[in-house]
Amino acid sequence: MKQIHLAAHFPGVNNTTVWSDPRAGSHIEFSSFVHLARTAERAKFDFFFLAEGLRLREHAGRIYDLDVVGRPDTFTVLAALAAVTGRLGLTGTINSTFNEPYEVARQFASLDHLSEGRAGWNVVTSWDAFTGENFRRGGYLPEDQRYQRAKLFLQAASELFDSWDGGAVVADKPSGTFLRDARAGAFEHHDAQFDIAGRFTVPRSPQGRPVILQAGDSEEGREFAAATADAIFTRHGTLDAGRKFYADVKRRLPAYGREPHQLLVLPAATFVLGDTDAEAEELAGIVRYQQVSGQTAIKFLEQVWNRDLSGFDPEGPLPDVEPVTGTQLAKGRAQTRMYRDPVETVRQWRELAEAKNLSIRDLVVEVSGRQTFVGSPSSVAEAINTYVQEDASDGFILVPHITPGGLDEFADKVVPLLQDRGVFRTEYSGTTLRDHLGIDRSADVAAAERKAR
Amino acid sequence: MVHLAVALDGAGWHPAAWREPDARPDELFHPRYWGDLATEAERGLLDFVTIEDSFGPGPDRTDRVRGRLDAVLIASRVAPLTRHLGFVPTAIATHTEPFHLSKAIATLDYVSQGRAGVRVRIASDPADARHFGRREFPVPLPDLAEEAGDWVEVVRRLWDSWEDDAEIRDAATGRFVDRDKLHYIDFTGRFFGVKGPSITPRPPQGQPPVAVLSHVPEIHRLAARAADLVFLTPHDTGQAGALARELGDLLVFADVEVVLDETEQAARDRRARLDDLAEHSSDALVFTGTPAQLADHLLAWRDAGLSGFRLRPAALPHDLTAITRALVPELQQRGAFRREYESTTLRGLLGLDRPVSRYAGATR
Ligand SMILES: Cc1cc2nc3c(=O)[nH]c(=O)nc-3n(C[C@H](O)[C@H](O)[C@H](O)COP(=O)(O)O)c2cc1C
Repeated sequence: MKQIHLAAHFPGVNNTTVWSDPRAGSHIEFSSFVHLARTAERAKFDFFFLAEGLRLREHAGRIYDLDVVGRPDTFTVLAALAAVTGRLGLTGTINSTFNEPYEVARQFASLDHLSEGRAGWNVVTSWDAFTGENFRRGGYLPEDQRYQRAKLFLQAASELFDSWDGGAVVADKPSGTFLRDARAGAFEHHDAQFDIAGRFTVPRSPQGRPVILQAGDSEEGREFAAATADAIFTRHGTLDAGRKFYADVKRRLPAYGREPHQLLVLPAATFVLGDTDAEAEELAGIVRYQQVSGQTAIKFLEQVWNRDLSGFDPEGPLPDVEPVTGTQLAKGRAQTRMYRDPVETVRQWRELAEAKNLSIRDLVVEVSGRQTFVGSPSSVAEAINTYVQEDASDGFILVPHITPGGLDEFADKVVPLLQDRGVFRTEYSGTTLRDHLGIDRSADVAAAERKAR
Repeated sequence: MVHLAVALDGAGWHPAAWREPDARPDELFHPRYWGDLATEAERGLLDFVTIEDSFGPGPDRTDRVRGRLDAVLIASRVAPLTRHLGFVPTAIATHTEPFHLSKAIATLDYVSQGRAGVRVRIASDPADARHFGRREFPVPLPDLAEEAGDWVEVVRRLWDSWEDDAEIRDAATGRFVDRDKLHYIDFTGRFFGVKGPSITPRPPQGQPPVAVLSHVPEIHRLAARAADLVFLTPHDTGQAGALARELGDLLVFADVEVVLDETEQAARDRRARLDDLAEHSSDALVFTGTPAQLADHLLAWRDAGLSGFRLRPAALPHDLTAITRALVPELQQRGAFRREYESTTLRGLLGLDRPVSRYAGATR
């Protein structure tokens, strides 16, 4: 039986994190990060995961104020978490558009040393000029160049990771030999994006390179992952969609000389637990309405209608006005990309609302995503195992809807059931994130990259 | 009272330090090494430690320590192991994004609960620039200094871009934040423009202290424009006094490299042993002697107008331990150094108030 991989996503800046619940704690105090990381480690999870967004989201030209806002710097908080955990992988999302390979490689190699081999990098491209306004580069990288830059960025970073060999530091006091080779770290990299040379300052880290995750659903994103990533982060709610995606990305691997186990498929997943399935269903309904307040529902529709709908009652019927096409009302929100044909989307939603007699808020609850796993601990354990054994995924990156205690119950009640089934570890068998994920040191990645070139 | 900081760098500031009997050169990239140094510094009730950094490759030779980890990440990794000590890692303004560093130092402030600072450094070496490949080098020092000044301005505006009470969690209106308390910084300068606000809420200290090491008038001006704290390198009491008068609006610390032993002879012998193994020249005064002699020296400089000292241990951990276990008790006996931590924040230890956001009340 396949072994399941599990990761803990710190809930934060998105429309699923519930902050109005009395149990919801701080999203920025370090103690919240410690709590989630320690829970994940207690449950023997593979890794802790942080998403990233480099500009506050906006709606109609003003900062969006209905969701959680604010998050820490990825590298800094992961380095601090290395002090309060011992085995848990520490994975951060860092984009390749508003950074430079030398600096990012240095930070990941440092994190890998400081965590003794637990660093992971979710490489994302980010997409907009809106975010670019916070950076010197200042700008927008056209869509067709984002993945080009991402690929070259990762290639350059990999050369830096590999620029010291493992035995370069001798540190022999009697002979006075600190380095075996005076030119350790030498690199030179010239391509369409980067023209860099010099000496990398960080000796080879325990994992050699951080584990590479990639998030991006397009054809190009999948190909990029197949060529270079250790795991792909995705969103696929149903078993069928998951199996299709899984087959699709694994099929791409042989072209890069890689085997199926070398690219793990790890979708994001949410969950709601109850003592019984019925109780969990009921709780899930409550959570959905906590996630979608009346105001949130109106703003959600405004993103698709692309116009001011503040005069409409969230508990009333869908607006009887037509959507506007043109400049987007919402900025920095991934969601807006999901509704590229607003006229068609509105038509479908009207039909759905009509058929089920839904108010605006009900409709938004219905269409804006739902919990992946809802049920008693044993039903959820069963469902997770089914997804993995039936090749819809290799595991999940779990996103609790509440901070910081949202994973506690899962750790206490679901994980033991997975362990009983023999599909999830009861102890860490290795010390590095690569050990947890069962992926080789990086020789395979290097080989694949040589082929891809 | 004097303020005391220690500058951590590799195996120590003397290039032969790594060959000392108690040196741990094979652990320079291991978190345990840095954790041990930080906890030792806290044991000595020091105000803060700085951690050096550079994008530069260092000399092409095999007999010197080479390689270093990112200083902000080292600080963050060891901050949770301590409760009072401040952390002032080096950030290099020349090739980095102020947006990234602003949130990194804010986050260090969160993970240390108010003990972060940052020392801002310029990278004028073309070898560093080649690592980024983005711009023509060399760039004249005044331009680099102006850029670093803008960089600090952006970092500080971003720290203020969230007012302290921006997060409201008002269930009645469904608002998590009060957007009137979040501010665009709209910085436009010669070198870059940054819109803001930060993605990270205002750090616990509001404004973590900013430090600059200065040897020349251009950087003195940068310090005066941008810093709370300046590290200077006087070589005698007269110079110390003159510099303190010139930059007296800031906290003025003198950098002194130290070789400390129980007897003056032992210190001289150790210094000679180190110098025999590797040539060493320093921008700062290198003090060789006993902790009591160093205490005399520091108090004379304090009387000339300095606020404190950033001691650079010639060899680690030896000279750090001599500071925490011999110099500190010596200063305490003379009534010149704290006997317990009087604050849990770095600003508090330095006697700086917590400022309100410059944007408070701006758009209402
Ligand atoms: C599951 C998933 C998670 C993502 N998380 C982030 C993130 O945290 N930060 C970010 O800037 N982009 C994130 N992205 C955006 C991707 O990196 C990418 O820019 C975007 O999906 C567009 O690429 P595509 O057309 O290949 O999907 C995520 C994408 C996916 C599919």
